[in-house]
Amino acid sequence: MSGFEYIVQQIVNAVSLGSLYALVAVGLSIVFGVLRLTNFAHGDVMMVGAFTTVLLNALGLPFVPAMAAGVVGAALAGFLIERIAYRPVRDAPDVTRLLTSLAVTYILENLGILLFTSSPRNFPLPAILNESWQLSGGAITFTNINLLTIALTFVSLLLLGWFITRTTTGLGMRAAAEDMPAAQLVGLDVNRLIIVAFLVASAYAGIAGVLWAAQAGVVQPQMGFTPLLKAFVAAIIGGFGSIAGALLGGYVLGALEIFIVAFLPSSVSSYRDAIVFSILIAFLLVRPGGLLKPNREIKL
Amino acid sequence: MPEAAIPLLHIDSLEVRFGAVRALKGVSMDVRQGEVVALVGANGAGKSTTLRTISGLSRPRSGSITFAGASIGGRPPPQIVRLGIAHSPEGRRLFGALTVAENLRLGACTRTDRAKIAADTERLFALFPILKQRWRQLAGTLSGGEQQQLALARALMAKPRLLLLDEPSLGVAPLLVRQIFDALGELKRQGVTMLLVEQNIKLALELADRAYVLRTGSVALSGSSAELRDSDRVAQAYLGAAE
Repeated sequence: MSGFEYIVQQIVNAVSLGSLYALVAVGLSIVFGVLRLTNFAHGDVMMVGAFTTVLLNALGLPFVPAMAAGVVGAALAGFLIERIAYRPVRDAPDVTRLLTSLAVTYILENLGILLFTSSPRNFPLPAILNESWQLSGGAITFTNINLLTIALTFVSLLLLGWFITRTTTGLGMRAAAEDMPAAQLVGLDVNRLIIVAFLVASAYAGIAGVLWAAQAGVVQPQMGFTPLLKAFVAAIIGGFGSIAGALLGGYVLGALEIFIVAFLPSSVSSYRDAIVFSILIAFLLVRPGGLLKPNREIKL
Repeated sequence: MPEAAIPLLHIDSLEVRFGAVRALKGVSMDVRQGEVVALVGANGAGKSTTLRTISGLSRPRSGSITFAGASIGGRPPPQIVRLGIAHSPEGRRLFGALTVAENLRLGACTRTDRAKIAADTERLFALFPILKQRWRQLAGTLSGGEQQQLALARALMAKPRLLLLDEPSLGVAPLLVRQIFDALGELKRQGVTMLLVEQNIKLALELADRAYVLRTGSVALSGSSAELRDSDRVAQAYLGAAE
């Protein structure tokens, strides 16, 4: 395999991984924008999406409708979390809200363990998605699930771009993220905006959850933890609270992780996460607001 | 009682507290249809609090606010906008990451007469021509004066029956302040009812028909602008608050 083909292969991998981080990070940013809350339960919403897909598929629903149902299930889970857990503490101090968000995480994960045990289950990926494409006589390989991940992410993000720049509700969400009282004064219904934000963010978590499980080949109740942590890092790299920043941060983090493994000797690359987080700390020392610095101070 | 005698906005014994601080201690005032009423007084006298309580950002502890016959005290801001009160807040509070066009679009977000919004935007361009030039520019990149014009225009997009204005001259270059008050004068001629908070008392009394002077949360003085202009008690009311 020549150097060029190796690099192309790594770029494909980086875009695929970055897409997943971006999908999750964008949802974190949307919720943070309207609520000033780091929604740790966002990873568990991914889990709900993946499990819904697995269960409905096991009950006989074909994969694609099952996946769509998984996305709807995730959106519904987000809606309920906001309604039941976050709304009653909306005006409470930040620490209270942060603890509420952690509590929701534990409740959902333990509920998952209670229902499905903590052992991994196979994710019923249709055989066609595991097929791979070979380029340059096998030097560059990508699987259909890679392609699906990249394509679905691009379509989802294009839709999101349209939503936040062209619709009154989307513009209202950005307005509320920037200045909540001013948004109220022009007559925006903040309750409605928050509900829409949770539906949209959670649907994206659902898509990411299904794709994450498809790539891993398994689902299990705690599967949301790692992507949540990575998306959190991605959102911070990009500039926490900025949707464009989360997107950018997702791809930057995906590229960092892939390239560290690809281009550093294996004795070093096994410390991938330690290296990535060291880079993050160094980066934040230089640029605390992230790549796309939002024009206000961020409180977590 | 004849229709014209019923004020559009009637505030009675309004009290607002922030923790232990009594920001308003029983304020009463009226604004009649077509009138421009100024609210003047020193810093901390409760002018902004009065506006914020009318538009629902602060809750009254006691007293009543009646607008067009409906009791609105303590209702949430979007409901109050829908009833016909638009508030251009202190410090403008534009959405800086959105364009001029998007800010105006959100200003009209409570309206259902979509077809008329474009025509109203055209009318605003006559009043604030600079906004047409800056149409696709981010609001955060405008100058102070341009931002103030956009803030006024955004509030007007709601087609309010009552316009609340908080410090339209604040942070605006002196030359542009004149321009903004000329625009407000034009709005007055068009029959827009306004309740205006303004530090520049001379400008405020020039524009307004009547004024209330607030001092530490109470109405210290009220009367027609002409009366207040000639009275040295306005100055005393200010000095009193500064003691």
